[in-house]
Amino acid sequence: MTETMTMAKALNEGMRAALARDSRVLLMGEDIGPLGGVFRVTEGLQAEFGDKRVLDTPLAESGIVGTAIGLAMSGFRPVCEIQFDGFIFPGFDQITSQLAKLTARHEGTLTMPVVIRVPYGGHIGAVEHHQESPEAYFAHTPGLRLLSPATPHDAYWMIQEAIASNDPVMFFEPKSRYWQKGEVDRESAGIATHSSRVVREGTEVTLVGHGAIVSMLLQAAELAAEEGTSVEVVDLRSLSPIDFDPIVASAQKTGRVVVVQEAPGNVSVGSEVAATVAERAFYSLEAPVLRVSGYDTPFPPAKLESVYLPSVDRILDAVDRALAY
Amino acid sequence: MPYTAATVQLLSPEGTLVHSDASEQYLPYVDKLSDDALQEFHRHMVVMRRFDIEAANLQRQGQLALWVPSHGQEAAQVGSALAAKPQDHLFPSYREHVIALMRGVDPITILSMFRGLSHGGWDPKEHSNFHLYTLVIGSQTLHATGYAMGLNLDGLAGTGDPDKDTAVMVYFGDGSTSQGDVSEAMVFAASYQTPQVFFLQNNHWAISVPVSRQSRTPLYLRGEGFGIPSVQIDGNDVLASFAVSKANLDAARAGEGPRFIEALTYRMGAHTTSDDPSKYRDNSELEFWAQRDPITRFDTYLRGRGASQAFFDEIAAEGDDLAADIRKRITELPVPASSTMFDNVYSDPHPLMDAERAALADFEASFEEGN
Ligand SMILES: Cc1ncc(C[n+]2csc(CCOP(=O)(O)OP(=O)(O)O)c2C)c(N)n1
Ligand SMILES: [Mg+2]
Repeated sequence: MTETMTMAKALNEGMRAALARDSRVLLMGEDIGPLGGVFRVTEGLQAEFGDKRVLDTPLAESGIVGTAIGLAMSGFRPVCEIQFDGFIFPGFDQITSQLAKLTARHEGTLTMPVVIRVPYGGHIGAVEHHQESPEAYFAHTPGLRLLSPATPHDAYWMIQEAIASNDPVMFFEPKSRYWQKGEVDRESAGIATHSSRVVREGTEVTLVGHGAIVSMLLQAAELAAEEGTSVEVVDLRSLSPIDFDPIVASAQKTGRVVVVQEAPGNVSVGSEVAATVAERAFYSLEAPVLRVSGYDTPFPPAKLESVYLPSVDRILDAVDRALAY
Repeated sequence: MPYTAATVQLLSPEGTLVHSDASEQYLPYVDKLSDDALQEFHRHMVVMRRFDIEAANLQRQGQLALWVPSHGQEAAQVGSALAAKPQDHLFPSYREHVIALMRGVDPITILSMFRGLSHGGWDPKEHSNFHLYTLVIGSQTLHATGYAMGLNLDGLAGTGDPDKDTAVMVYFGDGSTSQGDVSEAMVFAASYQTPQVFFLQNNHWAISVPVSRQSRTPLYLRGEGFGIPSVQIDGNDVLASFAVSKANLDAARAGEGPRFIEALTYRMGAHTTSDDPSKYRDNSELEFWAQRDPITRFDTYLRGRGASQAFFDEIAAEGDDLAADIRKRITELPVPASSTMFDNVYSDPHPLMDAERAALADFEASFEEGN
């Protein structure tokens, strides 16, 4: 049986289930208690589980991540909320130099089941530091796993997958999708760990993306279909590790791949997808793998975000260029 | 009741001068002020509040994406800013709109940020050393300390020349005191004995989190812990804000090292226009602080000193004029050309910027040609 809910609610329900299942699961972050977080994703959870399970923390991201590490050492499974993408950086040292490495430094005797939730991406017209896509820094860091759901159903299951992981997971939530509704099946078997997924089948061009971009890819595929082009769409869902098999299989079928992301394109997750497709599907390719990304500039003032971010037009332009080879 | 006997208050909520152990050393600064100077304090506070109300209206009408109100914090901001000399450098957080205006930043420039047209863009050198806003909580405290270290290296403090000696003032909030950056700024400031004043506006909330979550000790004692002489003031008393800031900026300029001021005030409105305080705080607190409003008490004080009704009418009209002016100009602001995104990412030429600027221009041209 499925229910219709927003992604924010699906995440809330996923965390509620994890909190109920395991008393060692804790939530911590700025304004996540009575306010329920600035996006209300933790709404009602402190009231239900108490302030010893849902911690409104002091205003310090290094403090949040650093103490989450210590809590994990004492056997807890902390789920941290970072308020906005652009505010993760005060915690960067604790994430990349500590959290990511402690299991290796303990030669496997210590697990680090810490989840760091990061609302990310643009399309909300917000001020500086509130619309960024910093996932590449973390995908580049050995020792971290990265997930990013695109639908409420995936969000419900993937947040639970993240909390169940014994490794640190950076969980990137596409904030512009928080209020989009979708069907969630809470009785399904969940989804395979770190799996990408073909969300629309096609034969001529493959579009690959993650998070908020996925719905844009589906829109582009729809428009391309009207023009007679058959487009396949793959949702990455996991940014580290990347589940390449479905992407490579799709590339072998269509021969043309366009990777789309909001983040700046230079040395990005999309670069990695492009390189791997080139390595593994070289003889099937009819065109070079193309990237459509945010420009390599700071995220601009909001009135320019529609120019900066990939758009359906820019995606279709890349589809045309791929077809023209 | 957050005040203690150590809290410096020069003007009571009833609008009368306060004589106490804490106030005595600062009252002489007030005695020196002429009626005109005192009216200037009031003018800034009243005009600011009007500006703030208008900006919130503009946000509601969809003209701004966001507004960060400063209602209730006028005295802390106006008093401290008037204590600074023109050569002093001021590093704001993101709520010090009145100081921006006082330092010559066009109010429309502030509003452009919240309309999504810029990330700041004014040049502190041309706007009386008022630096850009910083939205990443606490970061600016380190920049201020570094700037003050530079003043020391350049021999611009402690020379005895009143036109040359310079200090730095940095604004930050109660929530920000939990950030490592803020502690590190105090470590560096104490270590290098920088000519600077840390001006903390404790408005009692960091979005939904009360100051009790950030600190179990009065925050000015944090400064003391770092070896920085620190004082707590009634931040809703513009005279205390002025006099204590002046005394401490004078000390910093004279080369006596850093100082720390905690101004007790209150965020009367929402954190921003996106926030709903009814979810986390109750009205009794609001009433307590409403009775300690910075403008009301100063109004009473000025009237007691014989300020004419004409003066009050005049500043109210000035506020209305400013509101009308921004209402008109906000809709006339142009959206910057797309290519401006690439313009100042680097100071020197960069191939990626050139390539992407050209690609975007081609892409946009393809639509104009109707391709
Ligand atoms: C590093 C960082 N983390 C989180 C935020 C989100 N945020 C914006 S304002 C704010 C509260 C700030 O409180 P305080 O320092 O007391 O300043 P106030 O807003 O009360 O003036 C938070 C958590 C941010 N801007 N920067
Ligand atoms: Mg505050």
